[in-house]
Amino acid sequence: MSLIEARDLSVRYGGHTVLSHVDMSIDKGEIVTIVGPNGSGKSTLLRAIIGAVPVASGRLIRDAGVSIGYVPQKLAIDPTLPMTVARFMSLPRRQHPADVAAALEQAGVPDLSTRQMTDLSGGQFQRVLLARALLAKPDLLLLDEATQGLDQPGSAAFYRQIEDVRRRLGCAVLMVSHELHVVMSASDRVICLNGHVCCQGTPEIVASAPEYRALFGTGTQGALALYRHDHNHSHDDGCDHDHGHAHDHAHDTGVIPLHQATRDKVH
Amino acid sequence: MLDDFLIRATLAGLGVALAAAPMGCFVVWRRMAYFGDATAHASILGVAIALALSVSVFLGAMAMALLMALAVTALSGRGYAVDTLLGVLAHSALAFGLVAVSFLSGVRIDLMAYLFGDILAVGKTDLALIWGGAALVLALLTWRWSALLTATLNPDLAHASGIDPRREQLVLTLALAVVVAVAIKVVGVLLIAALLIIPAAAARPFARTPEGMAVIAVLVAGLSVLGGLQASLMFDTPTGPSIVCIAALIFAGSALGTSLRRA
Repeated sequence: MSLIEARDLSVRYGGHTVLSHVDMSIDKGEIVTIVGPNGSGKSTLLRAIIGAVPVASGRLIRDAGVSIGYVPQKLAIDPTLPMTVARFMSLPRRQHPADVAAALEQAGVPDLSTRQMTDLSGGQFQRVLLARALLAKPDLLLLDEATQGLDQPGSAAFYRQIEDVRRRLGCAVLMVSHELHVVMSASDRVICLNGHVCCQGTPEIVASAPEYRALFGTGTQGALALYRHDHNHSHDDGCDHDHGHAHDHAHDTGVIPLHQATRDKVH
Repeated sequence: MLDDFLIRATLAGLGVALAAAPMGCFVVWRRMAYFGDATAHASILGVAIALALSVSVFLGAMAMALLMALAVTALSGRGYAVDTLLGVLAHSALAFGLVAVSFLSGVRIDLMAYLFGDILAVGKTDLALIWGGAALVLALLTWRWSALLTATLNPDLAHASGIDPRREQLVLTLALAVVVAVAIKVVGVLLIAALLIIPAAAARPFARTPEGMAVIAVLVAGLSVLGGLQASLMFDTPTGPSIVCIAALIFAGSALGTSLRRA
């Protein structure tokens, strides 16, 4: 039995369809990553799962008693709002201090509870968000580009933390990521999304799927991809330049050759 | 004891302070300062309509404030920037309200009393309304406190915890309308926003948690009411503005103290 299953799920935002006919599911304990270009509906899918956007058609089946921990993409705390880490952890439900301490420890930030949220570094902040999600004793952890704003070592460390949490708690993880090389090494399964599910399966299968190559090029598993990614932080799509047909376009604009992808698929 | 007008005024002021200060914290945290202003300004139209229909001014003001708040919420995100929208609605409502009051020739209305408050003229009924309203606001805020805070932090985080942020927004809107209605008599529609925002802003540097900030804001607001009443007696100045002046002085002290500590 899957923890969460989407069947023929469509989501509309102000007149246009963001997600159409999505079928996907997550089983106990697996790490599933959603990849896709900007505006492909990755965050929307996560937000549909937590109930923040209404489902237009299709079904979202949540196994009875599945508890979900959610780590949002970004959380801007207004500087006028005083908030210690300990107080933040107890929102909305008051938590026992021992549980709070344990969750912070699991997330790798054991000594922060008296600090103000606005004083934390980016990496500490994301770990506190992770710790708060862990308090729900989640069966499923949802992470929406949780490493945005972290540098390369910072995000690598954060993903190691996620794996560590998964190993310790046995929870499933569904995350949205732009960092393809991390995705490819750390996920059990990858879902390639572009308004609809382009392809899904093990990282190897997805990486060799034509739909995926049309979106991201072919170089994503090689050392070249890693090298390029390291030196192209502005490429937040994790776009690794294809040295084939998309070459010129990709270098000109620094974005994914999307129209190329559409042309490949549509025509 | 309630026969002394000064005691009635003090109690009325403290009642408003008790409700306005924690409400004001949310106004500050959610960056709703203009929203508070618009809601308060709209209430003068409610006052005029209530007087024309000879119904309770308190209810009229509250209904109009609520209507305004709901209108802004419904209209925002439809092509106009929120501050433009609030600027249009706030001042239009004020203007329409002032024009509407001028039509009420039969009754002699002291417009100044509604614009700047008339705390020294608070009667026993007013006092009951103010404390009833304040109790309602405090009960609402206490009941929804955690959910309101979570929704204020991030709507998606609220959704994930099973909280509907739109419902919490509605709770705040309702509480704000009640605060506006109870505060008219004390500081008047033009200065209600000041009573919401200044105590919260003055409390911010001294607080480490949201609850702490709300409590300190109540103390600042209470102190402003007491100080403002005293000052108004001593210098024979209008009471509502005097209360806001004291609050502003406390804020200045708080801001100055903070920057000195940092330097």
